[in-house]
Amino acid sequence: MTTEFVTPTTGASNTSTRDMLSKVIDIEGNPYKRDFPLLANNPQISFLDSAATAQRPKSVLDAQRDFYERLNSNPLRGLYKLSVEATAAVDEVREKVAKFINADSPDDIVFTRNATESLNLMAKSLGGSILKPGDEVVITIMEHHSNLIPWQQVCRQTGAKLVYMYPDKEGFLSDEEIETKIGPKAKIVSVAQVSNVLGVENPVKKIGERAHQQGAYFIVDGAQSAPHMHVDVKDIGCDAFAFSGHKMFSPMGIGVLWARKNILEKMPPMLTGGEMIESVTEDDAVWAELPHKFEAGTQDAAGIVGLGAAVDYINSIGMDRMEAREHALVKYLAEQLSQLDFVRIFGPKDPAQHTAVVAFNVCGIHPHDVASILDASDVCIRAGHHCAMPLMTWMGVHSTCRASVAMYNDKKDIDQLISGLKKVWAVFNGDK
Amino acid sequence: MAINNIYSAALMEHNAHPDYKYQMDNPDYQHEGVNPSCGDDIVLSMDVEDGVIKEIAFTGSGCAVSQSSTDIMSDLLTDKTVDEAYDLCSLFLKMIRGEVTDDKVLAKLGEAAQLKDISHMPARVKCAELGWRTCMTIIDDQIRGKKTA
Repeated sequence: MTTEFVTPTTGASNTSTRDMLSKVIDIEGNPYKRDFPLLANNPQISFLDSAATAQRPKSVLDAQRDFYERLNSNPLRGLYKLSVEATAAVDEVREKVAKFINADSPDDIVFTRNATESLNLMAKSLGGSILKPGDEVVITIMEHHSNLIPWQQVCRQTGAKLVYMYPDKEGFLSDEEIETKIGPKAKIVSVAQVSNVLGVENPVKKIGERAHQQGAYFIVDGAQSAPHMHVDVKDIGCDAFAFSGHKMFSPMGIGVLWARKNILEKMPPMLTGGEMIESVTEDDAVWAELPHKFEAGTQDAAGIVGLGAAVDYINSIGMDRMEAREHALVKYLAEQLSQLDFVRIFGPKDPAQHTAVVAFNVCGIHPHDVASILDASDVCIRAGHHCAMPLMTWMGVHSTCRASVAMYNDKKDIDQLISGLKKVWAVFNGDK
Repeated sequence: MAINNIYSAALMEHNAHPDYKYQMDNPDYQHEGVNPSCGDDIVLSMDVEDGVIKEIAFTGSGCAVSQSSTDIMSDLLTDKTVDEAYDLCSLFLKMIRGEVTDDKVLAKLGEAAQLKDISHMPARVKCAELGWRTCMTIIDDQIRGKKTA
């Protein structure tokens, strides 16, 4: 008998509510898997790679298909009913997404391909226009390459300096590090809210306060946070927030950038062309109003509609409940892993401090061998550098294994991983 | 594809006790081969006398497949001519990509023929190839001194 604790969803993230919920969440039961066709059709699979990309519920797939079957036409352009409806469908999602991250206006929501494109837009467009030699861009060593290489590039082009904040061994940034590294030369601070490797949640409010004290813009990479916790851009106090749809049950190829209106207004577009102009002459062009200025060419409207359905799906469950379940799952995952004496866990020692991901290594066995052998047990995990090579170097490893959960996982998925890891150990070391 | 076919006792032995994994002193030729996607990284060194590979060794890190494949390769290529070595590397890559499947032809690869089943595991093809590709790069770029297509 499956029971799920039901509670009305509240606005802001609340740790004590989450902790309370996670105590009563039943991770043996799983009322969600049936919503996800890939998981429902493949009950043997333990999918523990949602930090790379999540599965999509049927409602998202239906919404995407429905767009093509019922509304397909180019949004913004046509004066006929279909196009008007397609435009309305896109606008409606913009509003949903604005609410999802508590942004003031849907006009400040820019649809991109993914968090990578959102962050590139900020680096090229904001960074490229304000950075001067001697200025500093501050990031952390735990950034995904998507929030690292764009800044590396723009620093090279402008003569600005890229400064890294380093956490302690468990992945926590100290106040001292934040204050030391974000100094008067800092013009942009860009930080992942949650590390895709260590699973730590960075103190983004504190970092934002420091950045603003020093007159710097504060950008948050929400690729690993938006799928797992209430995001409130006002509460965080950031100037821009980037995330991908595909990590939160949307189709691949749709992402979001939110930024404060006054910043978006002064940023030049990264891509130019159709649908982003007000008027064009032989020699000049006037950009369209926000957000269209940043959405050159035909957008992935069906993907946007899919993103809207993903937000609806999350809201129908409630982020509090999702977060509580994932919290219980990741806690169980980290605890079970730590009981294997041949496994070394990276990141926080406290299982409760991991947000959805646990990186680990099996002593003396390369992560690719681990992942390959786990695959034979139908366990899907990620192995490699996780697009965070500077972090790997800092951690003193070439690569790691990473298991990550979403709310559609259950205890059985994790038990399957643990018994798979015992097999991995046996393949290399015999049944000792 | 049964994973245990890949992680055979022979492969595990090469991984655990590689005979050719050491640093050579002043090798005639040396090249670093990298798999960017997995971080496998080997430095292959070679001494060649009168067109014959007299010594070959490697250092670096990687998965059991890349390490043992390189060790098996080193054993196979020792005392072979550069041309023979190049042809064997080429044959190995064809086997791993599933382009050559005839066991009689593959017998030339000796123990390396046991890695044939990796052709059914696309995710591991690059691991198995790393040493062999690196060897071909040395022959192409450093020994023959020209790049081939």
